[in-house]
Amino acid sequence: MTTTERAYTGKKGKNQSSKQPSTVQKPRKIQRSPGWRILVTAALAVAAVYFLFPVYWLTIAATKSTSSLFGSSGLALDNPQLLTNLVNVVTYNGGIFGRWALNSVLYSGVGAVVATICSLAAGYCLAKFTFRGREVWFNIILAGVMIPGTALALPLFLLMSQVGLVNTYWSVLLPSLVSPFGVYLGRIYAQAAVPDSLLEASRLDGAGEFRIFFTLVLRLMMPAAVTIFLFQFIGIWNNFFLPLVMLSDQSLYPITLGLVQWQSVSDRHPELYQLAIGGAFLSVIPIMIAIVSLQRFWKAGLTEGSVKG
Amino acid sequence: MVLPLVYAIYESVTGIQRSGAFGQGGSSPVFVGLDNYITALGASAFVASLGRVLLFAVVQVPVMIILATALALLLDAASAWGVRFFRSAYFLPYGVPGVIASILWGFLYTPGLSPLVNFGSALGLNLDFLGGGSILWSIANIVTWQYAGYNMLVIVAQLKSIDADLFEAASIDGANAWQVITRIKLPLIRPAIVLTTVFTIIGTIQLFAEPLVLKPLSSAITSSFTPNLSAYNEAFANNNYNLAAAESVLLALVACAFSFGFLKLVTRGGSPS
Repeated sequence: MTTTERAYTGKKGKNQSSKQPSTVQKPRKIQRSPGWRILVTAALAVAAVYFLFPVYWLTIAATKSTSSLFGSSGLALDNPQLLTNLVNVVTYNGGIFGRWALNSVLYSGVGAVVATICSLAAGYCLAKFTFRGREVWFNIILAGVMIPGTALALPLFLLMSQVGLVNTYWSVLLPSLVSPFGVYLGRIYAQAAVPDSLLEASRLDGAGEFRIFFTLVLRLMMPAAVTIFLFQFIGIWNNFFLPLVMLSDQSLYPITLGLVQWQSVSDRHPELYQLAIGGAFLSVIPIMIAIVSLQRFWKAGLTEGSVKG
Repeated sequence: MVLPLVYAIYESVTGIQRSGAFGQGGSSPVFVGLDNYITALGASAFVASLGRVLLFAVVQVPVMIILATALALLLDAASAWGVRFFRSAYFLPYGVPGVIASILWGFLYTPGLSPLVNFGSALGLNLDFLGGGSILWSIANIVTWQYAGYNMLVIVAQLKSIDADLFEAASIDGANAWQVITRIKLPLIRPAIVLTTVFTIIGTIQLFAEPLVLKPLSSAITSSFTPNLSAYNEAFANNNYNLAAAESVLLALVACAFSFGFLKLVTRGGSPS
């Protein structure tokens, strides 16, 4: 009838097509006056300006030459030369930027995959098997969630230097394979999404525990898997302290470390300002696209504790 | 039965190993003597840095959580246009690594480079984002920018899981929008708010990348501006690994104390999730 109502139906339609299988849709919104609607939208728009402004500035700055970076307004284009800048970024110092990007993908990709599988297995066990000390283990893992990651980086460095792994891929990769938060999420999700009756039925049918986990449980826990993977991936990708502490060889750096290094010497080498900006632009854009396009998975995972009553 | 169990033990053991690493950091100074802890707690710069992050947390955590909750409620009210666009826009900064966010805002704080400072001086305001009085809040802004959208998404997810029948019942009972928010939504999203608050506390206490990146830009940031920065400098500039380890342990203890303390405080009323 009203535009508001049409907007809701339109939105619901979209949700239904993007989210299969769709849950029961119920009318849940309360009708508001158009004045209220304008007010809310305005408030949201102000917030959006705050969140998008730096990204806008970065995009504009990435198109500028070093001289116009300082010489022109930060908000408007001035002789855009995005391609030249980006080529400079990827070719500087023998293409080290590409190497950093690959390193980041390696650390995040491998770390996230292994951490996800381990977390699901551990979470499933903690949820579905009773064994001595189960609650103790779970509380230890919960405490692991509470301990700040950076407080562990230095002790980890001391440990790694004792076994001679400092300044290798392993020194960053090994600590990234563990995710206490993933185990926590995995347990909550397994409790809610894996029915005991199904496990019993499979056991009666003669399936081994190994097979049950890999063919049945993993499939049931897929939404949690996606969430844990995404969190871990972003976590490792954004991690800075650990590689900073562990690595001294530039060719092992992830992007974050490399860019900070460029930025920190840019007062002596002004051309590195533009490289740091261009590199930041290059590294931020794909992640942003991924985040927005995968958004429904974030949402799906975030309230795992309360879904499926 | 055995293999997943082995997996669990493996996972728990690796979990332990992290705390083992943390214990190793803690135990080696014990053999050197508890002196390192005494040194750390006796050093006014380190104690000041602890105080600084606590002040930071006391201000920044509520600001962030209130902002995230407000945005979530506004989005959920769905009386706005472009809800999907706004939600993505707020969440976007979460994909920007902390150091890159700091590089970005660092440029936006630098006089001569920043359109904000230029705009301010055009209005006759002398905006000094990097001075001693404002730098902590400039950092708070970076952190808020980065994580508010993420926290908002957690809260939105919880809002979405509220049973729609409740809203129907409320509207039949003649509840207005404000009553729906305060009587239904806020109590029911409490677990999400508690969760995001705990993670925000843990995050702010380990503040490191932001001040490190901004350090070359601002003389107000000392080498022991935050506990993590202090530990890092002790380890790699002064080669005093034991003191650094002691500082790390202290930081972890403070973080645990505050998050458990907060959890205890809120669970007294009713248990979250």
